[in-house]
Amino acid sequence: MRVTPRYSWLPTPYRSLLLLLVWLLLNQSVELIHLFFGTILALIIPWISGKFRDPQPLIERPLLALRYILRVFGDIVTANAQVAILILGPQRRLNPAFVRMPLDLQHDLPITILASTVSMTPGTVSADVYPCHDTQPGDAEITQRWLLIHVLNLEDEAELIATIKSRYEAPLKEIFQC
Amino acid sequence: MQNWMEWAVAFFLLLGGCFVLIGSIGLSRMPDFFMRLHGPTKATTLGMGGILLGSIFYFSLSHSVSVHELLITIFLLITAPISAHMLIKTALHHQLKAIDRTRGERELKQGQQEGSGDPKKVLTAENKP
Repeated sequence: MRVTPRYSWLPTPYRSLLLLLVWLLLNQSVELIHLFFGTILALIIPWISGKFRDPQPLIERPLLALRYILRVFGDIVTANAQVAILILGPQRRLNPAFVRMPLDLQHDLPITILASTVSMTPGTVSADVYPCHDTQPGDAEITQRWLLIHVLNLEDEAELIATIKSRYEAPLKEIFQC
Repeated sequence: MQNWMEWAVAFFLLLGGCFVLIGSIGLSRMPDFFMRLHGPTKATTLGMGGILLGSIFYFSLSHSVSVHELLITIFLLITAPISAHMLIKTALHHQLKAIDRTRGERELKQGQQEGSGDPKKVLTAENKP
């Protein structure tokens, strides 16, 4: 896991890229003046705001991250279809449940991404992460953290946890190398 | 605008509209708060995606290229899970009742206790490694 950025003048390269992209989307053009101004903003904003943030693991495998995003997009579409069927179907057959999942991840940023993914994908909403204090990089003691999930229609708890672990948590571990 | 473009725009608008409607039906039809949350977080996201795709098609084909909708999609995808999380956390904090057949009450109770308690107390519980 890497916490300190590779270049001090560019603390968060992917966020800078995203900022530039958002700036260009807002202006709806790729003219030189917008590229120039967007680049300046993309360099200055992370540099100023970097001091306000707690150190978090950085993305080590950008291509895997891209694949993860595409996978989540695909899953959102299927999840929506599934939830739509569940909503329109008979309610008496639904088995709502709370499920507690042990997390292999320890840092706030990856856990946030995982929890958001869980909320967006099939029949699950992440409810809570506890204990709520973060393991800072360099801490000697690592606490086991849990993710509390509400499931709309639970069929097999072990299978659900295994799916989330292999489909979302394992790639995240690899992306952040933690 | 040609005929097939109109069909494409209409298709995306209808698809989006259907999903938003289904999400809202879920919001009103489900028996308890936690189940209600599933409709608006998921079905509505895809519905908005469909409507925005229709908007991109319409404005790109009839006027100039329009990509503002992509930004809306990005922000929606970022904010939807977070607002859902805030809502469900508030519900846990207020110890809202889930319907009787909800399984995993133990997890719920533990989550409620630890969600509102101070973190130091939590470390003494069974989840210490």
